[in-house]
Amino acid sequence: MLAYLIRRIFAVIVMLMVITLVTFGIFFLFPKMIGTDPALYFVGKQSDPASIEGIRQKMGLDDPILVQFGKFVAGLAVGRTYANGSDVTQCAAPCFGYSFKTEQEVWPLLLEWLPVTLALAAGAVVLWVIGGVATGIISALKRGTPLDRSAMGIALGGVSLPIYFTGMLSLALFSDQLGWFDRPDAVFSEDPAAWFNGMVLPWVTLAFLYAAMYARLTRATMLEVLNEDYIRTARAKGLTEPVVIGKHAMRSTMTPILTVLGLDLGALVGGAVLTESTFSLHGLGYNAVKAISDHDLPVILGVTLIAAFFVVLANLVVDLLYAVIDPRVRLS
Amino acid sequence: MTAVPVPGETPVSPLTKTGAVGEPVSAGSAPSTAFLEVRDLQVHFPTDDGLVKSVDGLSFTLEKGKTLGIVGESGSGKSVTSLGIMGLHRVGQYGRQKAHLSGEIWLNGKELLTADPDEVRRLRGRDMAMIFQDPLSAMHPYFTIGKQISEAYLVHNKVDKKTALKRAVELLDRVGIPEPHKRVDSYPHEFSGGMRQRAMIAMALVNNPELLIADEPTTALDVTVQAQILDLIRDLQKEFGSAVIIITHDLGVVAELADDILVMYGGRCVERGPAEKVFYEPQHPYTWGLLGSMPRIDRDQTERLIPVKGSPPSLISIPSGCAFHPRCPYADVPKGGITRTERPELREVGSRHHSACHMSQEDRTRIWTEEIAPKL
Repeated sequence: MLAYLIRRIFAVIVMLMVITLVTFGIFFLFPKMIGTDPALYFVGKQSDPASIEGIRQKMGLDDPILVQFGKFVAGLAVGRTYANGSDVTQCAAPCFGYSFKTEQEVWPLLLEWLPVTLALAAGAVVLWVIGGVATGIISALKRGTPLDRSAMGIALGGVSLPIYFTGMLSLALFSDQLGWFDRPDAVFSEDPAAWFNGMVLPWVTLAFLYAAMYARLTRATMLEVLNEDYIRTARAKGLTEPVVIGKHAMRSTMTPILTVLGLDLGALVGGAVLTESTFSLHGLGYNAVKAISDHDLPVILGVTLIAAFFVVLANLVVDLLYAVIDPRVRLS
Repeated sequence: MTAVPVPGETPVSPLTKTGAVGEPVSAGSAPSTAFLEVRDLQVHFPTDDGLVKSVDGLSFTLEKGKTLGIVGESGSGKSVTSLGIMGLHRVGQYGRQKAHLSGEIWLNGKELLTADPDEVRRLRGRDMAMIFQDPLSAMHPYFTIGKQISEAYLVHNKVDKKTALKRAVELLDRVGIPEPHKRVDSYPHEFSGGMRQRAMIAMALVNNPELLIADEPTTALDVTVQAQILDLIRDLQKEFGSAVIIITHDLGVVAELADDILVMYGGRCVERGPAEKVFYEPQHPYTWGLLGSMPRIDRDQTERLIPVKGSPPSLISIPSGCAFHPRCPYADVPKGGITRTERPELREVGSRHHSACHMSQEDRTRIWTEEIAPKL
């Protein structure tokens, strides 16, 4: 078990290194290949050649790509000093570099944006797991009835409708028309109640999409499990139906749901791009989009790496959890 | 919607097309005095393609301490019958397609089809228990053997978990699992096939049931393990005095265990009687077919097995008359004016021995002794 864990963590580190290399390559090598200069993005369009050259020196943009990559990784681990003669800037570990746009360090920015995304994801995940799984189970137990059909119809809508549609619609209806909820403008530390009120629509909008997927997954899995021989055995023992469903069937149904949940959550923490953009929540996703339109390479790189980190971490957690849930999975 | 007769009224099924078949059927719904009596059981499943008549009028009795072997090919209604007795068609019927059951099932003087489902649930696992065909898929992969056995004990007895687990260890020991106190914490996938079936038997016997139904208990096992499991079932039956129903397509299994044999074809009983009678004086061409297709070591190896030609009937459109007539080699034997569309009823052909065949007893005896028996 411990050996397995160590091996997996080692694999995670290698995977993150590869992702870093590829992302770094795309963002810093590609502009060079198509003839644009990353230094230009940093200094802006009206700069004189001397300051561009200065930036190029300071950022090490003239170094071979592998040297640049080595410096970047070293910066992540121990921090980094940018120097061009007397012009010295200290960047503490983990150093993701500086935003081309605002000249701020990337890492503190990421730390500022991450809680917004985390809060969005956390609220949504609670809603969608409860809503989606419950709907799926009821649908499975009422298979073929009008209840099942309408639930699955709504779920189909939920899967098909894009967030910028449902999000805009809910804002127009519940915020602008009915005035039930505010737009998410309040800050948690200043006014928690207003913050909560403002987060309701983003949570529900994001949860609706996932709840629809989870309802369909739960229903399909539950129906499959209910056909298993061991469910018949459980009934043959004289167990009551709530025990048969709630204990025997649920245990098997939860396995695939947990797997998907881990991966979805991992991906979501990296930025719920559409929801954040629709509701102007300044989380990782919103700022990633902004950074892309600003050609802010270090920020894009930082957000990408954070997202990759959470996805890889989620994979690891799911694998470990799987062994806990399913005794047939041996960690060796 | 299950077709359950209203208590106090004579149970008349809307699906019943024929009267009660064969003995032993008492008049009306008089309570049965037998330990287990099935009267005119019908189990029908509505599907998009039509009504599947899996069991279509089946009657038999079984006393305690006796073993009944139900024999037939796939789809003849053997398993559906056993699930019907256990009341398992009436639970977990989620959605719209539900089984329709009619007839009567009497266990210990209690009619099960009209009984309250929760009452039947309390009988399940306690008074009647079942062993399933494939113990790997019949056990929950995520729960330990001990938990699965003790769970069956806990639901019917007011004891704590520790006592129930002790009982599980006791039963595992009884069915011949070495180091039961250790193996009780194992998961089903950690057991071999034979061990799993032993554990399955332990699970079924944990409440000393009076009726044990074994549905193809050895089909999924190695031949060497099969004999051990059959021995175990026989020993346990002696010890517990239960009534046992063995469901199988393997005549060898029933030869080993059964007191009585019931041969099913197309959801109905075609022959029923004491084991030695059905084996040595079978009175139905389908039984002859089964015996002819059974490999035997004492048979001349140059002779081929004689398969029953054709395939099992569709349960949606069961052939009219005798369901076996399209496959029967003796369908053309004159039957004294009986038309092919007339359904043969079970008739007594010997002491406690019944057969549903239109042929005269003389014809059957002649064909058996002259044509079939010499080839076996």
